[in-house]
Amino acid sequence: MNASATPDAGPPAGPSGPVIDAAFVRRWLSAATNAVDREADRLTELDSAIGDADHGANLRRGFTAASAAVDKAPPDTPGGVLFLVGRQLISTVGGASGPLYGTLLRTAGKELGDGATAAPQELSAALRAGVEGVGRLGGAAPGDKTMLDALIPAVDALASALESGAGLVPALAAARIAANEGAQATVPLQARKGRASYLGPRSVGHQDPGATSAALLVSALCQVAEATDEESAA
Amino acid sequence: MKMLINVPETVVADGLRGMAAAHPELTVDVDNRLVVRRDAPVAGKVGLVSGGGSGHEPLHGGFVGRGMLDAACAGEIFTSPVPDQMTRAAAAVDSGAGVLFIVKNYTGDVLNFQMAAELAEDEGVRIASVLINDDVAVTDSLFTAGRRGTGATLFVEKIAGALAEEGAPLEAVADLAKRINEASRSFGVALTAVTTPAKGSPTFDLPAGELELGIGIHGEPGRERRAMMTAREIADAAVDAVLEDLRPDGPVLALVNGMGGTPLLELYGFNAEVHRALAERNVPVVRTLVGNYVTSLDMAGCSLTLCRADDETVRLWDAPVSTPGLRWGC
Repeated sequence: MNASATPDAGPPAGPSGPVIDAAFVRRWLSAATNAVDREADRLTELDSAIGDADHGANLRRGFTAASAAVDKAPPDTPGGVLFLVGRQLISTVGGASGPLYGTLLRTAGKELGDGATAAPQELSAALRAGVEGVGRLGGAAPGDKTMLDALIPAVDALASALESGAGLVPALAAARIAANEGAQATVPLQARKGRASYLGPRSVGHQDPGATSAALLVSALCQVAEATDEESAA
Repeated sequence: MKMLINVPETVVADGLRGMAAAHPELTVDVDNRLVVRRDAPVAGKVGLVSGGGSGHEPLHGGFVGRGMLDAACAGEIFTSPVPDQMTRAAAAVDSGAGVLFIVKNYTGDVLNFQMAAELAEDEGVRIASVLINDDVAVTDSLFTAGRRGTGATLFVEKIAGALAEEGAPLEAVADLAKRINEASRSFGVALTAVTTPAKGSPTFDLPAGELELGIGIHGEPGRERRAMMTAREIADAAVDAVLEDLRPDGPVLALVNGMGGTPLLELYGFNAEVHRALAERNVPVVRTLVGNYVTSLDMAGCSLTLCRADDETVRLWDAPVSTPGLRWGC
């Protein structure tokens, strides 16, 4: 099999790993929706320590709505799926996480453009553009104890792994590790953005719920790449 | 925690349905979670739109009506509404004179209203926005999301609403709204933590013998915890915190606001201490409002908001208002 494999030839894999097509992004959406649903209580618990105890419920509502919208009128490009999910999150989540995650995915989707498939490097660049969009909208910097503390290490790890010749699966595995470490590293930080910042020093000692959910979304992406890869290898 | 609800998921929609039943003078769109003046758009009048998370009632839906808001968007409990609601509200109330968005300074509200303003302007609605940030408990704005919007929201909605009702143009209404916000400061105290329907238990632990100073209206803990104080001591602390930042050189409007779980009798007792404390500090109070207006579900506690008031401010404060939450002069 080579890189020009068509999307309808089963779950395809190029030399650098699974092909990123609309179906791939839909599998990510499904995995992300399941992860958010499974972890909603934990996210809400983290949010009640330094926020307002609704992060899990809000993301669950948004991802459920996004899944329904994509099922109803499935876009046929990976960029189209990401864009629609982003738009749905903006329309259904509310709070800060709606516009922020919505902007992340909407921007990434726009960046991918109209291609039926995306190369790993294109996905990596699109996710970086999305993360930069989050930074511009929310005005947060690394270390402010926000979702960026998981997202920036994740897109950095993804890009540098691909750069050094790794395939999509190991590169996403590196991104997953970086996102989880980034989320855990928010524990000793004092929040400087969002509702947690009102607590001042009392925000120290708690893991940021936004960084935690961001790590979940990155993990879901890695999980789907691994599953697609195994399936096509089998 | 026992609650007078069906299921947590429908609390906001159920409340809106009940509001519709009680207030035929309002158009309540339960699906889109909007409360709109039935006579909107009012010809030639600037439309005032606000909104925010639910759980602060009567803010904002209870302030829709003549002399105050034209529309309010209700989000989930303590969660900003979404841009689609805000653009829909703007379209419903725009008479061609433009729309003022009144936005409390929380990251979610700011981001969603910002997106909505861009979308509404694409659709040809002139939008101005005012950010409410009156809470002095958030001290270092360089290292936080900035001061929260709390009690000053009521002053801005009432006073700018009265000016809009007189037919003033968008720029003048927006300018007054900004001046009222800048002339207002608030400080809040919690005696209990808040319990959201979704969580069902208090969002933070507050032992019986302690209180939180400098709280917000979303169940976020405050800046400082102390051993329980008397109403007199709390009034002194709140008045000092507000005056230190406001530095009034004349009379003020006062809002003694309940958080939802404190009896009106206690609020009036607290108000007596606030007036005593202000008199001792030579600050005359021209108007006082006492009650549960900017609430945090079942939280016990209160906030104090003071607004520097000139004659024009007092005249607009006294102007007729007819909403579910505030009604006088008509």
